[in-house]
Amino acid sequence: MAKLRQIAFYGKGGIGKSTTSQNTIAAMAEMGKKVMIVGCDPKADSTRLILHTKAQATIMELAAEAGSVEDLELDDVLKEGFLGIKCVEAGGPEPGVGCAGRGVITAINFLEEEGAYEEELDFVSYDVLGDVVCGGFAMPIREGKAQEIYIVASGEMMAMYAANNISRGILKYANSGGVRLGGIICNERKTDRERELVSELAKRLSSQMIHFVPRDNVVQHAELRRMTVVEYDPSCKQADEYRALANKIINNQLFVIPTPVTMQELEDLLMEYGILKEDDENIGKSKTA
Amino acid sequence: MKGCEGICNITMFNEESYKTLFNNKKNYEDGHDDKKVKSVLEYTKTKEYMEKNFSREAVVINPLKACQPLGAFYAAIGFENTLPYLHGSQGCAAYFRSHFSRHFKEPFPAVSDSMTEDAAVFGGHKNIYEGLKNSYKLYKPEIIGMCTSCMAEVIGDDISSFVNNAKSQGDIPKDVDVVTAHTPSFVGSHITGYDNMLYEFIKYFGDELSAKHEKINVFLGFDTYVGDFTEIKRIFSLFGVEYTIISDPSEMLNSPADGNYKMFRGGTKIEELKKAPGAKGAIFLQTYSMSKTIQHVKNQWGQVARIINPIGLKGFDDLLVAISELTGKEIPEELKSERGKFVDAITDSYYHVYGKRFAVTGDPDIAYGLTRFILELGGEPVHILVTNANKKFTKEMNKLLEEFSKEDSCKVYPEKDMWHLRSLMFVEPVDYLIGNTFTKLVARDTDTPLIRIGFPIFDRHHLHRYPVIGYQGGINLLNWIVNGILEDIDNKTKDSSNFDIVR
Repeated sequence: MAKLRQIAFYGKGGIGKSTTSQNTIAAMAEMGKKVMIVGCDPKADSTRLILHTKAQATIMELAAEAGSVEDLELDDVLKEGFLGIKCVEAGGPEPGVGCAGRGVITAINFLEEEGAYEEELDFVSYDVLGDVVCGGFAMPIREGKAQEIYIVASGEMMAMYAANNISRGILKYANSGGVRLGGIICNERKTDRERELVSELAKRLSSQMIHFVPRDNVVQHAELRRMTVVEYDPSCKQADEYRALANKIINNQLFVIPTPVTMQELEDLLMEYGILKEDDENIGKSKTA
Repeated sequence: MKGCEGICNITMFNEESYKTLFNNKKNYEDGHDDKKVKSVLEYTKTKEYMEKNFSREAVVINPLKACQPLGAFYAAIGFENTLPYLHGSQGCAAYFRSHFSRHFKEPFPAVSDSMTEDAAVFGGHKNIYEGLKNSYKLYKPEIIGMCTSCMAEVIGDDISSFVNNAKSQGDIPKDVDVVTAHTPSFVGSHITGYDNMLYEFIKYFGDELSAKHEKINVFLGFDTYVGDFTEIKRIFSLFGVEYTIISDPSEMLNSPADGNYKMFRGGTKIEELKKAPGAKGAIFLQTYSMSKTIQHVKNQWGQVARIINPIGLKGFDDLLVAISELTGKEIPEELKSERGKFVDAITDSYYHVYGKRFAVTGDPDIAYGLTRFILELGGEPVHILVTNANKKFTKEMNKLLEEFSKEDSCKVYPEKDMWHLRSLMFVEPVDYLIGNTFTKLVARDTDTPLIRIGFPIFDRHHLHRYPVIGYQGGINLLNWIVNGILEDIDNKTKDSSNFDIVR
C-alpha cells in the first residue's frame, strides 16, 4: 500500500469547496484510489453528493444521542458511498450556540482512536468550513494530519482575501508540523481576468493555481440529484475537468510553505487585474461623497 | 475542650459569634424554617425520592472523580526531574496541587501558564512561550510534562506545535524534553488523564529499537498508596528479578524532612524508560487507568502484558504467578510464608466481616480490588458505586459477583454520584461504607461508619504511606476494615454490658 496522503480543502464559505472536493474525489475513486472524506463543517454537507442522502448523521449528533463519544462505534458514523468512498461527518452545533471547533477536534480524535485511518486508504480528505476561524478548524492541519492543503478560491475579492488568510493559518503550523500548501483551485465565478488574477495570487503565495474549474450548469443539475457530475454525466466536459484536477492532485509535487501577502498588496493586486478602465476616478471614494 | 483554649477546630463554629453569623446568613438568604428543612430532608430519605433521584438525567451531584489533568500531573511527576505543567488557567493548577498536598501532606510542584480571557480569544501560544521560558529559568527541569485544561481544549490549542515554536525561537533549549498530552476534563476523569500522560511519555521516550533485555516493566497506574511502590520493589527483589517501574512518584510524595527542599526527587529514570520497550514483559497493576498505555505496550512494543489487580488474596496470588511465569523464577519462600500469615490474619477476623453489608466506592481499579477482597472475607458488597466506570468495568464486576454467587444481592452502579449513594444508603442501608474523604458526608447523613480507603483522603493522616497490595498490603486493608468494624461495635455498645474487652 502506498503511503496514506491526507489532504484538506479550505476556502471561503459558499465558494464551492464541498462540490469541488466531492467531484474531485469521485474522479479519484474512478482512478481506483481509496478515499475517506472527513467533513469538518457543522452544516454536514461534505458527503451528500457521494452518499446521495440529504445529510449524513454526524459524529457529534450521534454522540449527543448516545450520551458521549465513547459510546459510538466506527460503523455508526462511517458510511460508504459512490465507488466505495468512505464518508464521515464531524458535525457540530446549531448556528449561534456551542463550539463547532471543539466538535471537529472531538470527531477527529474519535476517528483516530477507533482506527479509521488504519484501514486501507490512499487519501483522507478533509472538507473544512470557511476560514481557519479558530483552533478547532485548524485541527486537520495539525501535525500528523493533512499535509497538503488545497484552497478553493475565485477571482472575487473576498474569496481571495479568505485564501490569503487561510495561508496565514497554514504558515502558523508549517514550521512545526509538516503541513504545506498544495495549490489554489480556481472555481470560476466569471469575474474579470479571473484566471490571471488567481494565478498571480497563487504565485505571490509561492504556490500554483493547480486547476481552473470552469463554470458549468451541469454541476447544478447533478447537485440537485445529489450526485457528483462524475456520476451523473460521466461523459460531459465538466467531469473531465474534475478528472484533470484529480490527476493533478494525485501527481502534485509542488508543496510549499505559503508566503501570505499583506492586505495592501492584495488590494493592489485586485486593482491591477480587476479595474479595467485606468481613468476610474471613484476608487476609494464613497459614491455619495 | 481540654487543650483547646481560644480558637479551636473542634469547637470554633459552636461559638456564639458564629451561631449568630450563620443565623444572620440564613435570614438574609430568606431560608426556610427548620421544620420545612427537616421535612424535605426526611423526604430525601424515602424510596419514592430515590426513584426520582435515579431517573435524574440532567445534573450530576458530587461525582466521585476529579479532572483529567490531576491524573496527568500524577503520571508526569513519576518521572525523574520532570515538572508537571498545565497549559490553562491558574485556578485549575491550584486545585490539583492542593488536592495532592492535602492527601499526601507534601508539597506538589507544578506550574500553569495562567491563561486568561485574552488567551481564550487569541490562542494560548504566547502563554506557552512565556510559561516555558519562566519554568525553565526558575526550576531547571530536564523534562516538562504538559497537559491542558478545558479552556485550552475548547479553543483547540495545538500544544505540540506551540512547543516546537517555543524551541525554535529559543524560549527553551532544544534538548529540554517537553511531553504533551491533551487532557480535556469534559471527557473521562483523572484516570483518563493519567493514561493520556503516561501514554505520551512512553511514546515520546520509548525507543522501539532498544536492545532486548531481561527486565520487567511494571506499571502501577493511578495508585496513590506510596507504600505500594515500596512493596512492589521489595517483592521483585525477593524474586531476584530486575524491573523498571514506569512512573514512580513515591520518593517525590514521601520526602524526608532533612532540611533541604528539593524540587525533584526520585522518579523513573529516562534512560530506563528509553530501554523499556526492550524488556521481556510488562505487568500492569491497573486496567482502567491505563487502557491506551496497555494497548501501546502490547501493540507497539510487542510485549507480553499481564494485567493483574493485585488487591486481596487472589489478586496477589495471580501477580506472583504472573511474575513467576514471565521470568521463569520460583515464587520465593518468604512470600509463601507471608501468604500463610495473611491467610491466618483473615481467619482471625473472618467472623467479624462475614455477612456484613458494605457499600464500596472509588476509582474502578481499586473498587474492583476492594470488592473482591470483601467477597473473599465473606462480606456483602451490596452497593458498588463508581462514578468513572465504563461498560467494561460493569461487565467485569458482574462477572466477579457471579463467581461469588452474589449477583442477586449485590449491584454495580456505574456513572452514579454521591447523591445517588446517599439515596441508596437510606433506602437500602449497609453496615459499612468504604470510600474517600468526601464520602464522609454521606456516612454522616446515613449514620454509617466510614472505612477510609481510596483517594483523596484529607482527614486522616499517613494512610497513603502503607501498601494496600501484596500480602502485607492485604493485612493493612484487613486492619482498616476489621478494626473499623470493631471501633463501631465499641461505639454502639459503650453504654451496655456488651462493651467487651475481647473482640
